[in-house]
Amino acid sequence: MFVRGLKRKCFDGEEDIEGTLAGIKAIPSYNLQRQSLLDMSLVKLQLCHMLVEPNLCRSVLIANTVRQIQEEMTQDGTWQMINTQSTGQASLDRLVSTDILCRSSRDQAEGKHVSAYGTFNKDFESDQAQDSSETMSTASSVQAPRNLQSNVWEMENPQENKGNFQKSLDQIFETLENKSPNSVEDLFSEVENSYYDLDTMLTGMMSNTKMGHCDSLETFSSPTNTASNSNCKSDLNDLDHIVEILVES
Amino acid sequence: FLAGFGSLMQDVLWCFSQVKGTIDTGVTESDIISTVEFNHTGELLATGDKGGRVVIFQREQESKNQPHRRGEYNVYSTFQSHEPEFDYLKSLEIEEKINKIRWLPQQNAAYFLLSTNDKTVKLWKVSERDKRPEGYNLKDEDGRLRDPSMITVLRVPVLRPMDLMVEATPRRVFANAHTYHINSISVNSDYETYMSADDLRINLWNFEITNQSFNIVDIKPANMEELTEVITAAEFHPHHCNTFVYSSSKGTIRLCDMRAAALCDRHAKFFEEPEDPSNRSFFSEIISSISDVKFSHSGRYIMTRDYLTVKVWDLNMENRPIETYQVHDYLRSKLCSLYENDCIFDKFECVWNGSDSVIMTGSYNNFFRMFDRNTKRDVTLEASRENSKPRAILKPRKVCVGGKRRKDEISVDSLDFSKKILHTAWHPSENIIAVAATNNLYIFQDKIN
Repeated sequence: MFVRGLKRKCFDGEEDIEGTLAGIKAIPSYNLQRQSLLDMSLVKLQLCHMLVEPNLCRSVLIANTVRQIQEEMTQDGTWQMINTQSTGQASLDRLVSTDILCRSSRDQAEGKHVSAYGTFNKDFESDQAQDSSETMSTASSVQAPRNLQSNVWEMENPQENKGNFQKSLDQIFETLENKSPNSVEDLFSEVENSYYDLDTMLTGMMSNTKMGHCDSLETFSSPTNTASNSNCKSDLNDLDHIVEILVES
Repeated sequence: FLAGFGSLMQDVLWCFSQVKGTIDTGVTESDIISTVEFNHTGELLATGDKGGRVVIFQREQESKNQPHRRGEYNVYSTFQSHEPEFDYLKSLEIEEKINKIRWLPQQNAAYFLLSTNDKTVKLWKVSERDKRPEGYNLKDEDGRLRDPSMITVLRVPVLRPMDLMVEATPRRVFANAHTYHINSISVNSDYETYMSADDLRINLWNFEITNQSFNIVDIKPANMEELTEVITAAEFHPHHCNTFVYSSSKGTIRLCDMRAAALCDRHAKFFEEPEDPSNRSFFSEIISSISDVKFSHSGRYIMTRDYLTVKVWDLNMENRPIETYQVHDYLRSKLCSLYENDCIFDKFECVWNGSDSVIMTGSYNNFFRMFDRNTKRDVTLEASRENSKPRAILKPRKVCVGGKRRKDEISVDSLDFSKKILHTAWHPSENIIAVAATNNLYIFQDKIN
């Protein structure tokens, strides 16, 4: 179940390649791992939107994690416009090992409170639809649904820096609402396969065997590739190009 | 006999006593046990499951003929407490899973317990019937009405013995008071009121009144976008009927006094341990989320369970716990994987023994852990069918963290994360524990000499 092999932090674009019995492994950078964690968290938020009724505690904890990552990335200056297309289809295919993130990380400066996660709080909002009376002594058991402020998160315009991020989250939930039952199956089957992919990827990362996973590197690495289709598989030339970019960065 | 009351860990050898549930390798989802609770005397042991059923076991009287069968627990009553429901407004199902059971102290021949699912709390009366009235005038033995004009003689109905029947009847249904999922219920020491807590609110009920409740805690922000913290557990003080605590997903505990105000949004005490900056990671908050909070029997301490530790707090010291016990620290380097497979969100419970000297909590691979607060010793035991020979002594287990694995040790990577012990219970005065392992209930007792 757990990742095997050694992984070390990537500094200044140099990569420590550790030879082991399993083959040549490469070490994903901290940034890449952090991005992967962000993607994973977004997928989880999608999934919990699909459940019977989302576990609020879990949703809040995941959302807080997303917020933390975003804060750190904003401070790093690595926060980029997240391609809406790819985020909407964020899948576990693109995950890398996030072992490094389990270790104590660099200091996180006190960030300003990041509010306005309007869109993914939609499922929190929808609970207001039936806010039954928690009453003081004289009230009866009549339920008094509050006026649904259904437009509150739509109307609230995403602030500048968060515009695309929110928009992508928005898309996630719109997409989910329109999903037919069949696509729910697809979403889950996607997830299932991805666990195996993750395994293979972690043992063969950056070797030329598993090219489909270069998508994450594509999206991450450059603004020039913002229109990338997350599902298209790179060919060998693109892979070389990407490795080049990473090594230079 | 009060075996082991206050005894130290080194004197206690735990033995297998019983296991309830099927041996089949495939687990029916609805059979998964979701709560376990002894009543106040330990005579009864109740379990709730995902299918909404409650099973109550009763301890048999000790027999001089079979002293080694020290009061086994046998099924006393089984009933369907909650049914699945559908919320038409939200188009969502309401699960019938029993989240918690709490017993009321016994005040007459009948037993009373509270059971709750995500939305509705019910008060059940469990009573015995061993006599039946016979000889009514207006109806015959089958219950059919007799023609009054055919009655020529009057008689007095008499009670005749019958086979013992245990019946459970719902006496109260406390519904429509929770928008969010109920995670805790707690009976007040006044035995007249109880509280139910969901993710954002806590309500106070009177047992006699089902159509009203008082809202005593509300942490729902005016703007839901600002929601960053939820209530995870709540409990009344065992002696002071005005005092209760609730824990949060940020690892804090608030103690509230209901005498201070009607709405207890201002805490009387706030318990939080300062974060260790060297251990900070993206998962710090998630693993600090408290999954269970329990007062000691004495009322002097509270115990909290977060993902990796159990902590004991002195009510008089808010700035840090007085004791911290590592449950499975070897998981600290695996948090990312545990986040990915959602195990990091598992909610483990914790319990005190009768004398507050030993605490117990569950882990993975069907392991559970006990910590002796006095000797600082701890032990890891396993609930498994292999150790299920009658009165077999449980062998301590050990997880090997790296390097050479000794014989009988198990490596971290071999742990089965689908076998989790979330719910355990400790008899109020004896060394008898009930451990729920998915769909099986294990009962262990200490060794009789």
